Amino acid sequence: MSGKITTQVLVVGGGPGGYVAAIRAGQLGLDTTLVEADRLGGTCLIRGCIPSKALIHVASRFAGLQQLSVAPHAGIALKSEPDFDLPAAIQWKDGIVDKLSTGVAGLLKKAKVRVVHGTAKFADAKTCTVQTGDAPVEITAEHVILATGSVAAGLPQLPWGDGVISSTEALSLPALPKRLVVVGAGYIGLELGIAFAKLGVEVRFVEALDRMLPSYDRALVRPVEQWLKKRGIEVLLNTKAQDVARANGGLRVTVQTGDAAPQDLACDTLLVAVGRRPNTQGWGLEHMALTMDGAFVKVDAQCRTAMHNVWAIGDLVGEPMLAHKASAQGEMVAEIIAGKRRSFDPVAIPAVCFTEPEIVAVGLSPDEAKAQGIETVTGQFPFAANGRALTMDAGGDGGFVRVTARADNHLVLGIHAVGAHVSDLSGEFAHALEMGARLEDIAHTIHVHPTLTEAVPEAALGALGHALHI
Amino acid sequence: MGRYVFKLSDVGEGIAECEIATWRVAVGDVVTEDQPLVDMLTEKAAVELPSPVAGKIIELHGEAGDMIAVGSPLVVLEVEGAGNAKDEPPKNEPQKKISSPPAGGRGQGEGGGGAAAVSVPASAAAPAARPSPPAPLPQAGEGSSSVRRPGEKPVAAPAVRQRARDLGIDLRLVAGSGPAGRITHADLDSYVEGAGRVAASTQAAPRTGVEDIKIIGLRRRIAEAMQRAKQRIPHFAYVEELDVTELEALRIHLNETRRPEQAKLTLLPFLLRALVQVLPRFPQVNATYDDEAGVLRRYAAVHCGVATQTPNGLVVPVLRHAETLDVWQMASEIRRLAEAARSGKATREELSGSSITISSLGALGGIVSTPVINAPEVAIVGVNKLVERAVFRNGVVVPRLTMNLSSSFDHRIVDGYDAAQFIQAVKQRLEHPATLFMTEAV
Repeated sequence: MSGKITTQVLVVGGGPGGYVAAIRAGQLGLDTTLVEADRLGGTCLIRGCIPSKALIHVASRFAGLQQLSVAPHAGIALKSEPDFDLPAAIQWKDGIVDKLSTGVAGLLKKAKVRVVHGTAKFADAKTCTVQTGDAPVEITAEHVILATGSVAAGLPQLPWGDGVISSTEALSLPALPKRLVVVGAGYIGLELGIAFAKLGVEVRFVEALDRMLPSYDRALVRPVEQWLKKRGIEVLLNTKAQDVARANGGLRVTVQTGDAAPQDLACDTLLVAVGRRPNTQGWGLEHMALTMDGAFVKVDAQCRTAMHNVWAIGDLVGEPMLAHKASAQGEMVAEIIAGKRRSFDPVAIPAVCFTEPEIVAVGLSPDEAKAQGIETVTGQFPFAANGRALTMDAGGDGGFVRVTARADNHLVLGIHAVGAHVSDLSGEFAHALEMGARLEDIAHTIHVHPTLTEAVPEAALGALGHALHI
Repeated sequence: MGRYVFKLSDVGEGIAECEIATWRVAVGDVVTEDQPLVDMLTEKAAVELPSPVAGKIIELHGEAGDMIAVGSPLVVLEVEGAGNAKDEPPKNEPQKKISSPPAGGRGQGEGGGGAAAVSVPASAAAPAARPSPPAPLPQAGEGSSSVRRPGEKPVAAPAVRQRARDLGIDLRLVAGSGPAGRITHADLDSYVEGAGRVAASTQAAPRTGVEDIKIIGLRRRIAEAMQRAKQRIPHFAYVEELDVTELEALRIHLNETRRPEQAKLTLLPFLLRALVQVLPRFPQVNATYDDEAGVLRRYAAVHCGVATQTPNGLVVPVLRHAETLDVWQMASEIRRLAEAARSGKATREELSGSSITISSLGALGGIVSTPVINAPEVAIVGVNKLVERAVFRNGVVVPRLTMNLSSSFDHRIVDGYDAAQFIQAVKQRLEHPATLFMTEAV
């Protein structure tokens, strides 16, 4: 690697924001350089979305088999309990991650993007030095796209290490803990906690707020609460984790619920999942003269920062910290740099929780619409009345699809769902909102029978006052 | 369970019908006794009708804007016990609706919105101006769309948004012809063609929306009153200029030295004071004319209407017995009445019974206006804006504060000569403000 690189576009960070920006910039013929300190793929691919979904899949399959060994169902019985080999599962998961990471490298190569491995340190807004394996490389760029992502937020009273782990470590544990305490009942804590519970770990949740998943309305969260309750998984609400100490070869976590006397929870591993914070440390952000928006880098609708030709995308610029938002922004910024007129103005950024059951939220909930002074009509259709759901044993988890529309012109404002496999419906929801669909558009689109998607037009019909199957 | 039919009771003043202003409840609501059911508008004021019983609303008769005859069923409730009505199939009772303006968008059924190309039916046109009818499931017609309110994001598919950006067109300027006001590729094409060139971002979109708004409530009252006055009364206008330099000096002095509890003086109390002094000499001006009975009723008292702009429109609260009040009391009474009118709390008594009316738009008063008489009165005096002018005095140009009074009179009752005499007498008082406070007849 030569000591100096001059490039049109420098992308900092190889996650779903950065690598997409780099691919698109390369496609558009821009001379593009991407710097990544770790493997390509970012949090999403290496230690987030993908590995956690792999783990959740394994856990669900294992739990299903285990259930069969206890109680035969639909004609299937297992004579003995299934075995679980965590290292083998991790190896399988790592294989998927490797495949995808290699795939990203291939895509970047195809787009003629120069990839520099190492940590970038900015001296000023357009110049950075990357400490590669061999020698430092100085990169000067016309345009800089910052896509450094986020890191797991910790709690000062629960320092990392000695069994106190973040989601990153939770995805590569050497062995299953017997007892796991999860601090934070947001989507990360719940997804992982539920997966470990399915693998036979005794899991307890500690949440400082008065409810889990506070960004989703209560109706959506209720089936998850019921699933946890049915399995005796304790969720301590209004509870703060105050301290952790080593005791008897395990951990003792001191928690306090409201004003009650503190109590100790014994566990082997403590997973702290209290959210994520933008990764703004250690790469010279302070030398770039950017305006901040709280902890985030401040950007406009084109993802411009306060510095000319410095752009920032993804988790670095604010909520929602979701891979697909970062990718959309990355693609957009590359096109703007290439001279196209673009703006980040989605109708909705869909969000999914891979809990048990899954939750999808796209657009406004009825309460959010009301808060904006919009009069709404809503329709809700339960999966208990959907044939396909019943054939997949997915009709009994309290799941439903809910459509929210403006009362006056039936413009669909939001579609929400909870239930098994609903994450796969999220694309239809987002598509309807982006296309400006009205209730009638959804209701009059023929959906395949028998599929879970039939619940969507039924919910729209419900909002119109004439649902057919309920 | 029984049915209780709540009928529109007599709200007084011999009123035979009332307009529904706002429903406070919807079908299915459970109400307690004395909970407000509906706001009804009489000629003058809004009346809140409470529920006489506790129960569940099963029928509402009429929508906002409908006229309902006294004695007609208004609300049917399901109540504990027998109720006051025999069981009968709901919804079959004919509704004694007297008149209803042509239906707007709300009542249109499926497909009824008409595929009215770019023009926009009234559906959601003015939700703020019109209370929502209680229909549990509004039926937006297939073709109905809506007007984008300021700040509302245009509805357009991603490809349309992308193309608009490529063309440098701000979609907020483009009218949407699709359902729910959705902007189509064709809309974008016609916008580009209309603008004549592609770099059209500074070109404003042609405004193609048409809004139909049901004129109901206070606006209908105003419209009817104005039409009646202009159709029946042969108005004539008389405008005179006043030199109010001295009056302004006095007003400013009084305001600077007023006690904290005293309301700030505007010009109106002084005008009122002048009217109180002058009107006894012109009894035909301070009067109401019943043109059907052929009777002119002249008043000894000065009950002065004060035209007041409220958020919903023009309202004329009445300052009673102005002859008993000094300027400070008048100022505070005018302020109190204006606040009551603006907040909708003015009583029917406070909104009726005037014998003459004054109208002032303050700094917006313009130089001349032709006020419409507040029938059945016969005169209205309007105040125009105060302005400093160069005026000849003893052969020298001096700056003076001047102001016009624009008045209208009912020519059937008031002759031009008398009107001129009347305004001249008012002018004398206001130009020499000391005379306003002299007790003997001047």
